[in-house]
Amino acid sequence: MNKDGLGKEYEAGAIIVKQGEAGDCMFVVQEGQVVATLEQNGQESMLGLLGPGDFFGEMCVFEKQPRSATVRAIGQARVLTVDKKNLLRQITVDPTLAFNLLEKMSARIRTLNQQVAWLTGEQENKAAPK
Amino acid sequence: MENSNTLKLKDGARIAVIGGGPAGSFFSNFVLMFADRLGLDIHVDIYEPRDFSLVGPPGCNMCAGIVSESLVQNMATEGINFPTTVVQRGIDSYVLYMDVGTVKIDSSRREKRIGATYRGSGPRDVKEVKWDSLDRFLMNLALEKGAQHIRARITDVKWDADAETTPLENRRLVLKTQNGKTETYDFVAVTAGVNTAILKAFQELNIGYQAPQTTKAYIREYYLGDQAIGEFIGPSFHAFLPTMPNIEFGAIVPKGEYVTLALLGEDIDTATVDAFMADPTVKECMPPGFAFDKIACWCGPRINITGSAQPYGDRVVFIGDSGVTRLYKDGMGAAYRAAKAAASNVVFHGIARDDLAKQYGAFCRAMETDNNIGKFMFAVVRQIQRFRFSRRAILRMASEEQKRPPTAHGGMSMVLWDMFTGSAPYREVFIRTLHPVFWTRLAWNMAVCLVTRAETPATTRTALET
Repeated sequence: MNKDGLGKEYEAGAIIVKQGEAGDCMFVVQEGQVVATLEQNGQESMLGLLGPGDFFGEMCVFEKQPRSATVRAIGQARVLTVDKKNLLRQITVDPTLAFNLLEKMSARIRTLNQQVAWLTGEQENKAAPK
Repeated sequence: MENSNTLKLKDGARIAVIGGGPAGSFFSNFVLMFADRLGLDIHVDIYEPRDFSLVGPPGCNMCAGIVSESLVQNMATEGINFPTTVVQRGIDSYVLYMDVGTVKIDSSRREKRIGATYRGSGPRDVKEVKWDSLDRFLMNLALEKGAQHIRARITDVKWDADAETTPLENRRLVLKTQNGKTETYDFVAVTAGVNTAILKAFQELNIGYQAPQTTKAYIREYYLGDQAIGEFIGPSFHAFLPTMPNIEFGAIVPKGEYVTLALLGEDIDTATVDAFMADPTVKECMPPGFAFDKIACWCGPRINITGSAQPYGDRVVFIGDSGVTRLYKDGMGAAYRAAKAAASNVVFHGIARDDLAKQYGAFCRAMETDNNIGKFMFAVVRQIQRFRFSRRAILRMASEEQKRPPTAHGGMSMVLWDMFTGSAPYREVFIRTLHPVFWTRLAWNMAVCLVTRAETPATTRTALET
């Protein structure tokens, strides 16, 4: 891990954002890996692994909702914070700044759609009379 | 000049970019990205004679190489992250030095979000090249998108038909290189900076372009070594407000094993630099007994003090220093925003003078207005510097704020941070100074400093430890 790089360093296991907390920024992974998990009914499910260039916490920028997941560093990680205020001001001046965010969010929705379709198919198969 | 109205880029259009610095690479990157989104097939040639992999002046575009907090965040949002080979040091704080004392101001999130980079591959005397050039990194992004790099210098520009009698849609610009080779283009983006001769050829093209007014800045590099940088400089931007008539601002910034000294003001010469280096506050910042005459590299680039009145014309646009840039600070951020505004204008709206006036022209006028606010603010800073009690008041106010959690309006610390790092437009910084809480606290600190005796100035290390 290069100590002189941009962003903030997190040790292995350190919580970067916590589910349920208020947020005023999003994050971009610069170095290392982080994991996003969701806690529901006392059970923790892994949502995904994120690496350099991936962002998370963007939902708090566009919605006034608490953090929807917990994100932790796996090993050492360096993560850059993007301020909500700065981002929204820049998008107002330059809407093209949101292209990359929209592309990534669109790709996530596509993946989720596929997962929903797969899970629905699984349930229908289970429910179908043998 | 004939009446220009509107002219769109078409499939197969050829675009030349003169200069492969950040403005040229940003423009090439964005124009190719926007064209791709529209399904428009265009060709982009970047003319840049320099080899950025070389050390010293041959590979350098003469600039302090600071990537501002806002640019780092914007580029990360775009999906462009600076590798650690390009960022020689991440900066998370700055230390302000005045004759009345020193204060260390942390970034609001205590995070390294300012990048110190080399435009080339390092100072002239560098023994081992460990880092990548910022300019090469940015150009590679444009090349990955499909731009072509032509290692040649443009020496002349002409229309391929008589401008008085031939309609705009039937004439193109012809560029000539130093080897005598000519190429015809549908559109030309001039991103060559103010230190180049080609701008005169564009003035003679009679498109209404006038090069910006400039002044001389000064940049020096010193070798300190990792240990001395860790001990004395740290991940901080060291800002100086000396009471010298022609220096607005001085800075010492760590980069790898070196530090960069940058002086901004009016026509700075060697004598001014030597006087600055002899200032006790500057000596305080560097290791004891440091040999200030052991210069690793230096340059005296010209920087803008006014923008071009009309940085666009039919089939041509001037971006970055050759057009309009930000006064003193965040030149790279200004190049990014201008390049994007120009690229968006060219792809979505058109390439005739009137097309460019609507969007890119409005962008340039807004930046000039912001620069005028910046000039006013620097004039206020000059007045404040005249009185010892007011200098003490600023230092006291910022020091007190650093002991408390950050407030919504940011106070003096945020005003100084944004003004000296270029993280926010001057207009925004100015509006922040109008906050009643800011004025009340400033007035209180002024009153306290007016009636109390001056304390002994805090030494750098004492202040850094608090």
